[in-house]
Amino acid sequence: MSTKASRSAARLMLAPAVILLLGWMLVPLTLTLIFSFQRYLPLRGGFQGWVGFENYVRFVTSSAFWPSVQATVIIVGGVLLITVTLGILLAILLDQPMWGQGVVRILVIAPFFVMPTVSGLVWKNMFMDPNNGLLSHLWRSFGADPIIWLSDASMLSIILIVSWQWLPFATLILLTAIQSLDSEQLEAAEMDGAPVLSRFWHIILPHLSRAITIVILIQTIFLLAIFAEIFVTTQGSFGTRTLTYLIFQRVLESQNVGLGSAGGIYAVILANIFALFLMRIVGKNLDR
Amino acid sequence: MARSVTTQRKSFNTLIAWIIGLLLFFPILWTILTSFKTEAQAIADPPVWFFFDWTLENYRVVQERSNYSRFLWNSIIIAGGSTILGMIIAIPAAWSMAFVPSRRTKDILLWMLSTKMLPAVGVLYPIYLIFIQFGLLDTRVGLTIVLMLINLPIMIWMLYTYFKEIPGEILEAARMDGAGLKEEILYVLTPMAIPGIASTILLNIILAWNEAFWTLNLTAARAAPLTAFIASYSSPEGLFYAKLSAASTMAIAPILILGWFSQKQLVRGLTFGAVK
Repeated sequence: MSTKASRSAARLMLAPAVILLLGWMLVPLTLTLIFSFQRYLPLRGGFQGWVGFENYVRFVTSSAFWPSVQATVIIVGGVLLITVTLGILLAILLDQPMWGQGVVRILVIAPFFVMPTVSGLVWKNMFMDPNNGLLSHLWRSFGADPIIWLSDASMLSIILIVSWQWLPFATLILLTAIQSLDSEQLEAAEMDGAPVLSRFWHIILPHLSRAITIVILIQTIFLLAIFAEIFVTTQGSFGTRTLTYLIFQRVLESQNVGLGSAGGIYAVILANIFALFLMRIVGKNLDR
Repeated sequence: MARSVTTQRKSFNTLIAWIIGLLLFFPILWTILTSFKTEAQAIADPPVWFFFDWTLENYRVVQERSNYSRFLWNSIIIAGGSTILGMIIAIPAAWSMAFVPSRRTKDILLWMLSTKMLPAVGVLYPIYLIFIQFGLLDTRVGLTIVLMLINLPIMIWMLYTYFKEIPGEILEAARMDGAGLKEEILYVLTPMAIPGIASTILLNIILAWNEAFWTLNLTAARAAPLTAFIASYSSPEGLFYAKLSAASTMAIAPILILGWFSQKQLVRGLTFGAVK
């Protein structure tokens, strides 16, 4: 029952946010789009003419492209697999009655609050360093040769570091979803003698399916953009150059803005595919 | 009806959960412990756990050599500033969409969300260029604005889901009693909205504090916050584990503490209200 006055007031209150976000989205994106059709090397002659779709073709045909797609898929897929699987198990565990539940929850969630540069460097040096890292001490104590984590098992290392950061997120969301599960339904199933595994498959997992989808979509969008963890550890070497990192290198390190911008547009399109699915779920939720 | 559990099962749960919890927390614990060791003890094999000569030397060295407090101050200004600035813009926007919804409200909300999904690397060079053009590169003002913009959609969404929970009848009753827009906001909405606003502020400070794409790419010496300061340890000289640990502990401690207060809000904020 809003009056005309309150409606125009409301519009006025909404305007700054809309204008700012519109500018934030449109201005840089338009510039990227324009650059992507140019031969533009700021340190080597600057703007050197329009080249049509040449950058787009060169970006996907360069030898670095497919390895970077592969690295991206492996890292995102690996992290999703680990965080979602362990997240479900951890959420179920944390939902059980136990002593000190609050403290355990704090311990599990803590890694999420560690800034990416800290977790990257702490893992790289204090755990994965082949000479002085804790993991190499552990390996040696069993008489094994320490793994040179960030070069010999570079992908696994990055996946481990990033999973450690994101497992709390998956766990926390899935735990919140589990807690909304009707415990009487579970009890009834338990009374009827349904074994643990079938209770998991037929009651818990279907109940969690929506939350799992949301975890996967949100994490995918953030994981496609991981940067700092690679920046402070491998700098994209040893096969860990993701699409994001490749574009970063093209744009800022080799200052080939045209080529990097074409890559940027690909990244925008890719992220939007996942964003569309996420927004459909979130949008449905708004109607309720 | 509470589920009845045997003490045996409860003990088992407790044991497993604590083991996993401690395992996941261990890197943080190890960093904190190492920050109080000497450099030699920090790399000792076999490792020293609790019985070493506890020292505050590393904290002193980090502060003296790299002027830690300047980075800390930058982090506080940038995280705090972007949050305050964002709230000034987000509160009216969320308020208007929650209480005076129109046919387009849903579309606007979803569109705002979509701006959050824009990959930063896709607009890196334009932003870089704009920053150079306006003299914003390596300034706290520039970074504050960018972090405000990237977190604005989350702020608006989170506030919106909180405001939506305030019953509309209360507003109508207040209007019946002749309350104007000003009274409505001041005496009716604000008290009910404060918990939601506080949670939003909390989550935003955390997100801005830990942001590590723009802070690494748009700062150098002057405006660099803690994320960039820690990154400078990626090419160190000599023994540095204890110093890295001290610097890291100082960088994450405030956020760990804030984070523990914000577990619930984290879920709501980061899933855009889709999971509560």
